[in-house]
Amino acid sequence: MKTECPVCGAQIELASDAVQGELIGCPDCGTELEIVSVNPPQVKEAPQEEEDWGE
Amino acid sequence: MKIGLLHSLIRKDEKFLIDEFNKKKGIELVMIDDREIKFNIGKDKFNLDIVVERCINHSRALHGLKLFETAGIKCVNTYSVATICGDKLLTSCALADHKVPQPEVRVAFTEESALKTIEEMGYPVVLKPAVGSWGRLLSKVNDRDAAEAILEHKAVLGSYHHSIFYIQKYVEKKGKDIRSFVVGDKCIAAIYRSSAHWITNTARGGVATNCPVTDELNDISVRAAKAVGGGIVAIDVFETTQGLMVNEVNYTMEYKNSITTTGVNIPQKMVEYILQVAEGRK
Repeated sequence: MKTECPVCGAQIELASDAVQGELIGCPDCGTELEIVSVNPPQVKEAPQEEEDWGE
Repeated sequence: MKIGLLHSLIRKDEKFLIDEFNKKKGIELVMIDDREIKFNIGKDKFNLDIVVERCINHSRALHGLKLFETAGIKCVNTYSVATICGDKLLTSCALADHKVPQPEVRVAFTEESALKTIEEMGYPVVLKPAVGSWGRLLSKVNDRDAAEAILEHKAVLGSYHHSIFYIQKYVEKKGKDIRSFVVGDKCIAAIYRSSAHWITNTARGGVATNCPVTDELNDISVRAAKAVGGGIVAIDVFETTQGLMVNEVNYTMEYKNSITTTGVNIPQKMVEYILQVAEGRK
């Protein structure tokens, strides 16, 4: 369940309960990442905040 | 029972909720990513007992809820609640209709009438976008010079939404306000949000500590929730010399920082309520 941070290249291990769409932080560079696939593990940089985000 | 979870990014809030649903027997959780779903109005048939809305985008939440309800699916929260809570002007009207105390709010539609209104109210006031979140674009207006500048900037640089001038009398909250969590008929928990800045949203750096749920806080929180249509909502409350006042009501409440702080398993209470609604017990 390992993949690579698209920003710094660090190895990232997904948790056993990881779900598609989940936000995680890269442990090395701190970039916020979105899990796009659990199996095979794949992440991308999380989308930037949009105008109508949030409560 | 099939529960649809309408979402986009899965934040800690949604993850906690998913974990609680997974603890229940006989529940099938269907993940519905708002970036992938397509609707066919009038023809949609969803095999779901209920949809739980947890979108990050207000616009997708609002329209998604309408589309699911049009297809005959129960939703938590409802489209009506999302519509009211998503617009501060509509929220203020609902609170006024139900006689829930709130800071003085006035509305004007032009720069000139807004400036006159602010002068009548006296400084400071807070100008807020009627539709907005996470404390963005809030302006504390301390004097006429600032009022003129901000009103002109809003009128010239903003979309037409920013020319609906929602003006709230500034409330001196001594560095903190209250965020209370209402599920159904009860305020289940509350936090203080403290900040040296006048904006205390935790999204803007406000620090959370536990706030005891007094009878007074429970009462005003539940009344505010009912005023907007009920369900699962978070209420922003000011402590003032005239008693508690409701500032805002949030319909996709964020609680990830409040579970440990309050000692209340907020997502567990949410799941219990959602199942009651799905089963027609609420």
